[in-house]
Amino acid sequence: MAEFRMPSLGADMKEGLLVEWKVKPGDQVKRGDIISEVETQKGIIEIEVFTDGTIEQILVHPGEKVPVSTVLATIRAPGEEAKAPHEEGTEEPTFKYKLCSIAAHRKEGPEEQPPELAPATTAGKRFRVSPSARKLAAELAVNLSTVQGTGQGNAITRADIERAAEAQKTTVTVAPGKPEAGMRQAIATAMARSNREIPHYYLATHIDMGNTMRWLISENKKRSIKERILPVVPLIKATALALGKAPELNGFWIGDRLQLQQAVHVGFAISFRRGGLVAPAIHHANLKSLPELMESLHDLITRTRGGRLRSSELTDATITVSCLGDLGVETVYGVIYPPQVALVGFGKITEQPWAENGMLGIRPVQTTTLAADHRASDGHLGAKFLEAINQYLQKPEEL
Amino acid sequence: MRDEQIKETIFRVLRPITPEADFDELVPDENMQEALDIDSFDVLTFFIQLYEELGVEIPEEDYGKIITLNNLIGYLASRIE
Amino acid sequence: MSKNEMIQITYREAVREAIREALQRDERVFLLGEDVGRYGGCFAVSKGLLEEFGPERIVDTPLSESGFTGAGIGAALGGMRPIVEIMTVNFSLLAADQILNNAATFLHMSGGLFNVPLVIRMSTGGGKQLAAQHSHSLEGWYAHIPGIKVLTPATLEDARGMLWSALEDPDPVLIFEHQSLLNMEGQLPADAGAVDIDRARIRRPGSDLSVITYGASLFKALEAAEMLAGEGIEVEVIDLRTLRPLDDATFLTSIASTHRALIVDEGWRSGGISAEICARIMEGAFYELDAPVERICGAEVPMPYAKHLEEAAMPQVEAIVTTAKRMVRSNG
Repeated sequence: MAEFRMPSLGADMKEGLLVEWKVKPGDQVKRGDIISEVETQKGIIEIEVFTDGTIEQILVHPGEKVPVSTVLATIRAPGEEAKAPHEEGTEEPTFKYKLCSIAAHRKEGPEEQPPELAPATTAGKRFRVSPSARKLAAELAVNLSTVQGTGQGNAITRADIERAAEAQKTTVTVAPGKPEAGMRQAIATAMARSNREIPHYYLATHIDMGNTMRWLISENKKRSIKERILPVVPLIKATALALGKAPELNGFWIGDRLQLQQAVHVGFAISFRRGGLVAPAIHHANLKSLPELMESLHDLITRTRGGRLRSSELTDATITVSCLGDLGVETVYGVIYPPQVALVGFGKITEQPWAENGMLGIRPVQTTTLAADHRASDGHLGAKFLEAINQYLQKPEEL
Repeated sequence: MRDEQIKETIFRVLRPITPEADFDELVPDENMQEALDIDSFDVLTFFIQLYEELGVEIPEEDYGKIITLNNLIGYLASRIE
Repeated sequence: MSKNEMIQITYREAVREAIREALQRDERVFLLGEDVGRYGGCFAVSKGLLEEFGPERIVDTPLSESGFTGAGIGAALGGMRPIVEIMTVNFSLLAADQILNNAATFLHMSGGLFNVPLVIRMSTGGGKQLAAQHSHSLEGWYAHIPGIKVLTPATLEDARGMLWSALEDPDPVLIFEHQSLLNMEGQLPADAGAVDIDRARIRRPGSDLSVITYGASLFKALEAAEMLAGEGIEVEVIDLRTLRPLDDATFLTSIASTHRALIVDEGWRSGGISAEICARIMEGAFYELDAPVERICGAEVPMPYAKHLEEAAMPQVEAIVTTAKRMVRSNG
C-alpha cells in the first residue's frame, strides 16, 4: 500500500489546503497523473501522483489544511489485495518517532528519524529552549532568536513559540491589501534560510551576444509572429548544456552533502505583477530544441500567472535562471533557492565598445553571473561553467 | 480604421496582460513597456494578440519604432487595410 | 446478586476478600506467614480466615522470613499456589536471598524447567508512625530484579483484583500493600474480580502536566490535581500499578500531550524507581518535553517516628501543588 502525502513544494512550504480531488476510491491512477489540487502560498498547484495503482482511501477532504507529509490518500499497488475494512494497522499512531528503545524485549521497529529541530544556536549564542519548543519552532518556522523565553530561568517554552508564531501571522496579515502576503512570507523564509545557510560565491562575465542576436533575428524573420523565439530561450539552453561541463552545479545540498542530479530541470524565475515570484521547472531543458523550449516557456509563464502549476514543476528544478534584463538591469546577483546549489543571472543586452584582436567594435553585450554554493563547488568550476555558456552562445545554430 | 478604435483595441488586448493598469494615466508619449511594467514575454503576447485582432504582424526590426502609445497607433493605422 | 450492586468496603477487607476467593476457587492456594492465623495478621488482613479454612491452609510460621519464604518457594515448585505474607518490606530483607537467588532465578537455573508460581504480599510505606524499621518504601529495589513482577495496588479495585491475576502468573509476583491505605473505605461492585497486572492507568485526565505515581501517593496526587484544577491547571494523574514490568508507553504517551512530567514517589530519590522513570522519559520522550522532569520523593533519611517529622519526610499534597504550578506557569 502506497501513501500519497501532502508534498513539500519547496523549502518554504509548511502546509497546504486540499482544494479538490480529481479521483475517488477505486479509480486507477498512473504515475504522473494529476489527482488533486492543493492551494499553497504559490497559488493552486496540481498535484501529480508518483506511483501506479488504485485509490484505496481518501483521508483528507477538500477544505482541510494539513501539514506537509500528512497522508492524503492510500494507493493500492497493482495486484495488491484490497484491505479488509476492519483490519486496522498495528502501527502506534501516537508518535512520529520511537516511543522508547530501551526495553530489550520490545520488538525493534524500523530505524526512525529524530524530529526536525530549530537550531539551538545562532551566531554563537546558545538558546535556553525546551526540546519540545525546539521541535515546535521548526514546525512553525519560528526563529528562536526572535523569541523571549518565559520558562524556568527564562527558557523558551512551547507557549513562547506559539505566541511568536501567532505574532508572525499577525504581522503577515496586517500588510494592507496584499493577498500575496503568504507568498511574501514563503519567499522570506526560503531566502533567509539561503542567506543563513549557503556560503554564496559570485562570478560574472561579459558575453558578446552578436552571433546569437544575429542568428535570432534571421531565424525569427523566417517565423510567424506566433513562433518567434525570445532571446531568453538560447540563454536557458546554453545554461542547460553548460551544466554538462559543470555537473556539480546541477543538484541539491541535502544533509551535508551534494546530491548530483542527472536530469537538468531549469527553474525559470517568473515574477508576478503584484509582487512575489516562483521559479517553476522547465523539465529536461538540455534535451529540448529552441522552439520546444520557447513553447515550454510560453506554457509555463501562462500557467504560472494563471495559477495552474503542477507539483513536479515546483519541486523538480535543479538550478535557477533569473533574467532581469527587461528592466534595464545589467548584472544580477542571485540568492540561491535551497536546496539548489546555483543560480544563473542574465542582465540586459546593451551595445558596448568591445576590443578584440587589437580592434575596437560595437557589440551587443550581456553580463552573465553565477551565484553558487561554495559547499558544493569552487570558483574554478564556476568559471569553467560561465565560459561554457559563452562558448555555446557563440554558436547559436548548434543550440 | 480610426485612431480611437485602434486605441480601444490596444487597451482591450492589454487588459488581461496588465489587469491592474489604469490606461487613463498612460501618457501617449511615454515608453509603454516601462510605464506598464511588462516584460518581453508580455510584449510578445501583446503583439501576437494585435496580429490576431488587426492582422498586422510587427517584425522584430520595427520594435524600435513603436516605443510609445502614439507611435504604436500611428504604426498600426498606416498598415491596416 | 445484581451486577450493578455496590458494596461499602475497606482496602483491608478487599484484600481479605481476594484471599478468601482464591482459597475457595483453588485448593492449591494457602496462606503462610507470621501471625496470619490465630492473631489474624499483624494488620488484621487475614482475620477470620483460620476459622473458615483451618490450620492447613492458614499457616502460622516461626519468626523466620528466610525460612517461610523458602518454604513458599518449595511449595510452589511442588505444584502449590502459596501466598506468603511478610509483615513489612523492611523485614523482607531477611528473605531477600530467597527472593532474588531462588524465586527470581530458578526458571533460569533449571533451564526453563521450573516456574515458581509464588505470591508474596507485604506492607510498605509510611504514615502510621511505625518508624525507621517498619515504614520504608523499598518496592523500587525489587523492581530492579528480572524474573519477578512488582505490583503496587492503590485502589480498592486493584486490592481486590490483583491477587488472583498474580496467582495465575507462572512466575513470582510481589504485592506491596501500603500501610496507610488499609483503612481506606469506598464503594466497589459486589462482583468485582480479577484485573490486569501489566498496564498503568490514567486516574484523572489532564492537559498541562503528567503526574506519575503509584501506591498511597496516588491519592495525594489526585487531591493536588483537584486543587490545581481550581486554578486552571489540568493535571493528568497516572497510577503505575505495576513497577515491573514498567508500562512506559502509558506515561510517554501522556507526556506527548502534556509536555511536562512530575514523578511522585515515597521511596528515596537516589537510585530509586523515580530515577528509572525519569531515565525512560529522557530516552523515549525527550523531544516532547517543555520543562525539566521533576521529582517529589521521600526525604533521604531513616523514616522518623515523630508525626510532624514523618509527614515532612514524605511527599505531601502541598509540595505537589507548588511544584506543579512552578512547572506549568514558570516565569523567570
